[in-house]
Amino acid sequence: MSMTMGEKIIASAAGVKHVNPGEIHIVQLDKIMTNDATTHLTLDMYNHKLKYPRISDSSKVVFIIDHNFPADSPETAAAHRKMRLFANENNITIYEGKGICHQLMIENHVNSGELIIGADSHTCSYGALGAFGTGVGCTDFLYGMVTGTTWLMVPETIRFYLTGELHEGIYARDLMLTIIGDIGANGCNYKIMEFVGEGIEKMSVAERIVLANLAVEAGAKTALMEVDNKVTDFLAEHGRKPRQEFKSDAGARYAAEYYYNLSDIKSVVARPDHIDDVIPTNELSEIKIDQAFIGSCNNGRIEDLRVAASILKDHKVAPHVRLIISPASNDVYLQALQEGIISILNEAGAMIVNSNCSVCWGGCQGVLYANEVLISTGTRNFRGRAGHPDSKIYLGSAATVAASAIKGKIISETMFR
Amino acid sequence: MMEESRVWKFGDDIDTDQIIASQYLILPKIEDMKKYVFESIDPNFAKKVRMNDVIIAGENFGCGSSREQAPSTLKALGVGAVIAPSFARIFYRNAINIGLPVVLCDSIQNDVNQGDVICIDIEDGIIFANGKEYKCTRLPEHMQKIIKKGGLIAFLNSGEGKL
Repeated sequence: MSMTMGEKIIASAAGVKHVNPGEIHIVQLDKIMTNDATTHLTLDMYNHKLKYPRISDSSKVVFIIDHNFPADSPETAAAHRKMRLFANENNITIYEGKGICHQLMIENHVNSGELIIGADSHTCSYGALGAFGTGVGCTDFLYGMVTGTTWLMVPETIRFYLTGELHEGIYARDLMLTIIGDIGANGCNYKIMEFVGEGIEKMSVAERIVLANLAVEAGAKTALMEVDNKVTDFLAEHGRKPRQEFKSDAGARYAAEYYYNLSDIKSVVARPDHIDDVIPTNELSEIKIDQAFIGSCNNGRIEDLRVAASILKDHKVAPHVRLIISPASNDVYLQALQEGIISILNEAGAMIVNSNCSVCWGGCQGVLYANEVLISTGTRNFRGRAGHPDSKIYLGSAATVAASAIKGKIISETMFR
Repeated sequence: MMEESRVWKFGDDIDTDQIIASQYLILPKIEDMKKYVFESIDPNFAKKVRMNDVIIAGENFGCGSSREQAPSTLKALGVGAVIAPSFARIFYRNAINIGLPVVLCDSIQNDVNQGDVICIDIEDGIIFANGKEYKCTRLPEHMQKIIKKGGLIAFLNSGEGKL
């Protein structure tokens, strides 16, 4: 019987020929990732709650310290130390301060056809490489680390058919915010978002990651895209060959199908405090900003920094605005240095901080006071996400953030130029 | 006999940042975090909530991050169950894993007010409120097994890892 690519990955990981939406299967995990937002609690459970503590296969486990890095308090330092010691004692790969967990996973670990759980909701990003990544809590992570398996309910798949091409000055971020604005913040709850069509084929891997990464903001369990030459080239550049390529069958069942012509997409922003409150940037009344942020697992890649630099070159950040930029990983940072991007951003008045979750996470860096306004490439604009409950977060593309930082108010790249 | 539960009402799209904000997640223990639950909505919630109180919320409860601290701090405060027409999937799964009952019910939201007293039969998926009965969606068998064991860790310790 016909299956979607998501169903095929689950069937393969469960060791069965066929799966149906709604069934629960035990699946073998290819990778298991966790970060410093919850691992201190996971390790307490491992040490004090388990009858038979063991690790199924430490080569599949990855620890990443990225949320509160560098440590901002003795409590944070203690949590990091706990992770570091455990990883070293158990031969677990650990990254500390090297970048955001999903960027590091995509650069170094994720492969097509794999089934991966991560103790972070944006694990769905891995669909850009044709892998089934899904976010879980720390107890699920622990269960996965101990048994090498997890239980999954097979989700239904919703297909997004993309045609055409984005206009200049319009980005994958604008497309994904538009989609979430249309379907709502729970429009794909428990579902797989599958992206197909010539529109997706024309997009770079970086743009595809932007789409997959935000799938959880529509409630999705994961997002998936087929492996093509661009993915194969990306993997080759990072020393890997595609493991297994799954494609949806012609007769596969979809819970819904949506069609988007990319040439219809405009620059948009999501207004506080809901990501599905989306409005064309040019229709926004004047919104003065206090802070601007470019970074996060959604938009902190070299492609985003290049766009930002092209706008900020020979301009200055408005005097009342703090522009904070965090490259998504050390590799991205180094690439930006080599391309001269960091100098351009620095000369424009941006503050370049280390590779971490930074302002998007609101835990320790660039935290906002009451009524302050942030324009951000972060993943979320929930109330209080970046600090004070009465601060306001607008989400937009790196181009919108860069242009807005110069003007001191929210403006699209097109209006700016 | 079922225990009586006092109702706390919340709207749609209550995200995990509102349940427990990012800056508290790194604190050493759940017990250290629980006083900050719903801080941005009602800073006194943690002081006012009593053992076995229940939350009745709107659509998409627990959307956002995968932080298990969200259901764990609710449970630590004594919240007996969360009732909503839909839950964000990671929150739902986390709640089951740590043994916080989550009840899918879309008919009760408009009939009860904050402070009302209701009874819940988790096993059969029935809520009794203001003289009416509300049928809820029953959990799939595998999830019921986990809840009955007291959560995923107890399930793992019992050696029942296989379906």
